[in-house]
Amino acid sequence: MAVTRKAPSKLAASVGLTDDDLLAMYRTVALARAVDERMWILNRAGRIPFVISGQGHEGAEVGIAWPLERKKDWIAPFYRSIATCLAFGMTAQDILMAQYAKATDPSSGGRQMPGHYGNAENNLLSLSSPVATQMLHAVGIALAAKIRKSGQVALTSMGEGSSNQGDVHEGLNFAAIHKLPFILVVENNGYAISVPTSKQLATENVADRAAGYGIPGVVVDGSDVVACYRASKEAVERARAGDGPTLIEAKVIRLTAHSSDDQQTKYRPEEELADLKSHDALPRFRAELRDAGVLDEATEARIAAEIKAEVDAATDHSESEPDPDPSTAMRWVFAEDWPSETPPSWGLGGGHSETEHAAEEPRSAAEGAKD
Amino acid sequence: MALKTFIEAIRETLAEEMRRDDSVIVMGEDVGVKGGVFLATDGLWTEFGDDRVIDTPLTESMIVGTSIGAAINGLRPIAEIQFADFIFPAFNQILSEAARMRYRSNNGFGVPMTIRAPYGGGVHGALYHSQSVEAFFTHIPGLKVVIPSTPYDAKGLLRSSIRDDDPVLFFEHKKMYRSVRGDVPDGEYTVPLGKAAVTHPGTQITVIAYGLMAHHALEAADVVAEEGISVEVVDLRTLRPIDKETVLGSVRKTGKCLIVYEDNRFGGYGAEVAAIVAEEAFDYLDGPVSRICGPDVPGVPYNHVLEDWFMVNPEKIADGIRVLAAY
Repeated sequence: MAVTRKAPSKLAASVGLTDDDLLAMYRTVALARAVDERMWILNRAGRIPFVISGQGHEGAEVGIAWPLERKKDWIAPFYRSIATCLAFGMTAQDILMAQYAKATDPSSGGRQMPGHYGNAENNLLSLSSPVATQMLHAVGIALAAKIRKSGQVALTSMGEGSSNQGDVHEGLNFAAIHKLPFILVVENNGYAISVPTSKQLATENVADRAAGYGIPGVVVDGSDVVACYRASKEAVERARAGDGPTLIEAKVIRLTAHSSDDQQTKYRPEEELADLKSHDALPRFRAELRDAGVLDEATEARIAAEIKAEVDAATDHSESEPDPDPSTAMRWVFAEDWPSETPPSWGLGGGHSETEHAAEEPRSAAEGAKD
Repeated sequence: MALKTFIEAIRETLAEEMRRDDSVIVMGEDVGVKGGVFLATDGLWTEFGDDRVIDTPLTESMIVGTSIGAAINGLRPIAEIQFADFIFPAFNQILSEAARMRYRSNNGFGVPMTIRAPYGGGVHGALYHSQSVEAFFTHIPGLKVVIPSTPYDAKGLLRSSIRDDDPVLFFEHKKMYRSVRGDVPDGEYTVPLGKAAVTHPGTQITVIAYGLMAHHALEAADVVAEEGISVEVVDLRTLRPIDKETVLGSVRKTGKCLIVYEDNRFGGYGAEVAAIVAEEAFDYLDGPVSRICGPDVPGVPYNHVLEDWFMVNPEKIADGIRVLAAY
């Protein structure tokens, strides 16, 4: 079939992308927002117990994740990384499965709170709740990449609140010493739950600290998707060339409360909240693509309809999946079973096969005495 | 078969495993050109170079956290913590990350990493170069904790630890590095994790110990044997997962159980062993499940009189055996 290719728009050409790339990026930003909004609706409807949101971060996350190579490079995400995970291979269904914590949730099989996304298939590392711990894992992944000469790049992202943890200092120092293929992304939304940056940082930017490690520190407007892409692309190229790590700080906004258990009007001024939407990457990117002639009304409507159908289907699927079976709750402490580990006196719950675990140890001294 | 010191067995195992498997690397403070403060890694840097024997900054959390990441991306790191006393900056990485990675990802990710650390007192190391830290780590599901007592076991267990697909803490009593010698066969062998050894058969009292205390328990067993008390010594070798079968089998036979550990008494590892024995061998007991262990002060004091007061030795164990034997 003959395909006529039109020349890329000036916007796409300015960063070496095609218009289709830009549309795919836009679709991912919009999908992340739609998934996130669905999470809040489900929470307020009593369907899921907890939401931690990425709204306001999506543009930066998609722009920054885009230059990395899926299934080769690695990302150690954080709890606002919904758009990052979508850009790196996870689906809307994968994200919603984590909200419902179902048995087939690909992040943790329902073991972790929502927001703790990770998936081996996509080189997205499982994360924990103690913030900034993932910093060192990404540095270690980059170290292994260098030693194994695999050509991989490792990126981790976190908030500016997390950036104050000691692991960030230890990791940046080590990554810089060994010129590791590593990128630290700080998504600075101005708040660590309720604490503003004025009480977190003595410098204006987190990126100012990069100089102390002898590495480049870049500040980028997180509502400018293309600028985020450009900054990340340069950092990826530097990493792959063996020139070491980069710290990218994206100034983003937090459109929601910290979580579904937080009331942000207590600590954020009304006028600040009212002004937030003017810094939102989603409408800005949409307008930019329209102006560049990349996005027309029909395409926009088609993408919106596709996203709605995808999120609806993902919700329905997640609702219908089974909860994890308690008989699996002692699995995967280790790669293999350890029969000497003691199950609780109340057993392993529904579906537990008696032959599988019960015979391992006498349940009481009296039973043992009969042997 | 050759007679080797404890540290020679460790060093040989590291070198042999690095030769066998390119994915094995060593990271830690002074592990490179110096070969470690105890020389456990002596010669590795010369043989394997900068890429695989990495001198790190003084950053224990980074040593462990980076090893976790490297393990996830295809390596088998051996992280050395210079003294077990300095492991606590890495506690969060060990507890929240290494131990929980496989469980929290529903088997998506594993951490094949070994953390080696010298522990223990009796070496004029005072509060911060003498600690026994095993109880902090045996508490955590997801970690394997190994404390060998002989060069043979050190080699076989370290090899098993390095090849294991989950995180292993491998504690080496620093007083044993050069004072303990033993036969180590030529060639490759492993000692399985999770298996204790009966190192002295007996009939009247079971003494459960590990590390340096396993040696002291043997000496104590010989002392009380002259008094007509028959002691069975169980060397745990792996603290977690614990070999309940060997422990309970021995106690069910002897009817008495004395647990020996060098760490502070309260909440020490031996307290869990006591609980297991009390719960699962109660009907067989002819005396209280007892402990001989370090006193509850915040550390081993430096002065030699004070240090001797702190440390468990064969005489203190023999006294504990005599008290239990009288029941």
